[in-house]
Amino acid sequence: MQKSNEKKEFHRSKKTKKEMLTQVLMRAPMCVWALLFILAPMVLLAFMSFMTKGPLGIIQYKFTTENYKDMADAVYATVIKQSLVVAGWTTLLTVLLGYPLANFIAKVKSKTSTILTVLLMLPLWVSGLVVLYSFVILLNNSGIINTVLLNLGIIGKPLQMLYNNFAVVAGMLYMFLPFAVLPMYSSIEKLDGGLIEASKDLGAGPVKTFMKVTLPLTSPGIFAAVILTFIPCIGYYMVTDMLGGGTNMMIGNLIYRQFTISRNWPFGAALSMVLALIILLMVFIYTKLGGDLDDLGA
Amino acid sequence: MKKKKILKGIHTLYVVLLFVFFYAPVAVMVFFSFNTSKANVVWQGITTKWYVKLMGDGELWAIFGTTLLVATITTVLSTVIGTMGAIGYKNSKSKFAKLITNSIYFPIVIPEIVLAVSLFMVFNQTGISMGLPVICIGNTTICLPYVYITVKSRLVGMDPSIEEASLDLGADRLYTLFHITIPQIIPGITAGAFMAFSLSLDELIVTSFLADAGTTTLPMKVYSMMKKGISPEINALTTIIFGVSVSALLLYLLVDGIRSYRVVRHKVRVRDL
Repeated sequence: MQKSNEKKEFHRSKKTKKEMLTQVLMRAPMCVWALLFILAPMVLLAFMSFMTKGPLGIIQYKFTTENYKDMADAVYATVIKQSLVVAGWTTLLTVLLGYPLANFIAKVKSKTSTILTVLLMLPLWVSGLVVLYSFVILLNNSGIINTVLLNLGIIGKPLQMLYNNFAVVAGMLYMFLPFAVLPMYSSIEKLDGGLIEASKDLGAGPVKTFMKVTLPLTSPGIFAAVILTFIPCIGYYMVTDMLGGGTNMMIGNLIYRQFTISRNWPFGAALSMVLALIILLMVFIYTKLGGDLDDLGA
Repeated sequence: MKKKKILKGIHTLYVVLLFVFFYAPVAVMVFFSFNTSKANVVWQGITTKWYVKLMGDGELWAIFGTTLLVATITTVLSTVIGTMGAIGYKNSKSKFAKLITNSIYFPIVIPEIVLAVSLFMVFNQTGISMGLPVICIGNTTICLPYVYITVKSRLVGMDPSIEEASLDLGADRLYTLFHITIPQIIPGITAGAFMAFSLSLDELIVTSFLADAGTTTLPMKVYSMMKKGISPEINALTTIIFGVSVSALLLYLLVDGIRSYRVVRHKVRVRDL
């Protein structure tokens, strides 16, 4: 330890002006980018959320907290509640359905697991939208599933599968489960097999071992999956728009409307701020639980 | 033992069913790209006319070209900036550096719609007109964190003594960077670039907020058709993209397989020595 410190000192003292310049040049592009296109927009968003909406969608630069108070309005409260319900269901189902899949991928040979993960992501890489549209064809009243079920005589009249919460949750599961499986998979893979054996040797059954050893140790992966599903669920307005039939609005749709149809930017900004803050809080808890931010991106 | 086998069987069956769920819509897409009927919902007979029509559809190809252009510029920008940033910010400790490296994660953790409206307002308030350059900026902002993360994770996994050895032996930082560091993190850079490209190809929310009337990308076009039903031509185009992606992937796996085989052989040889 002492030695490596000395070595580091040695290198630091050797750092010339030219080397400092290299470092600054390496950092500059990302630094500028983050300031201009990530931090500045966030500051502007916060600023805008306290401005007043003028007639014809013109922004009046007058401080107000009305935009935040407006959210308590029954219409908007319903939308927020609806978002939380749909996102909550999707997240719960994603974890419940995804965990066994992640477990399976973690247990097979590494070559097979690579192929399985790639196969899982492939439909989304190609075009999430087009593939999602196929859902409409599948779930339609005169769609494939209904036609088959009708012809087999299992059902008397077509099942209404489209334009309700079922379709929205199914579509969201489709879009976000593959991404959520990855962090769960990596946390299961990192799990020390010796601990599970130790638990078994000490007399714990498989259920107890799972509850007391496997689950707590893979919880960062599970929480990452929760974040990776919950965030896009609330914000991704296309799924609700397409499979929800326009009546099932989510916060994402509401924000979208403020900038397109309603032209009420300050209110849209306030909604965005609330959404961003909820999610930053979730991410904060995640990192406090020992989760790695990098697991959210790869 | 028997119970274990049954459980394993159920587990495998479950995974197979999940994959059926994930590939059913893909199958539908491919299926209907060969459907005679223009309405996407009924099957009437097999045809390749949508592929023929697609070939002659100048508008769609122009849109596809725009999409590729945006994805390419985005990939180059985010790969270069993200890689430089990951190297430059390695071992950084200052408060300001922390602010920058933490804010890079924002585009991943906050919903895309929030990023889209805030970028939209920035360009609107500063009087910068929407259009292709602005779309590329928005797309790069989304892809940057992915490149940064993949490159960073390679850098962290790297043995620092190799760089130190190079410096001790008299090579300057720039030489070390190009001859020692970058060759070692190439897999991270490629993975990041690949991710950036595919993300950008399918990017809709930020792009549609930053587009002007004259700019349309493929996801925007697809989305605008959704309500009326998308044309079989789009299914045909996506089927082609899907085919190309699968082939590229198989090629990658093959090359990777050969490479890892070589690495293993090389290691064996070194051990033999």
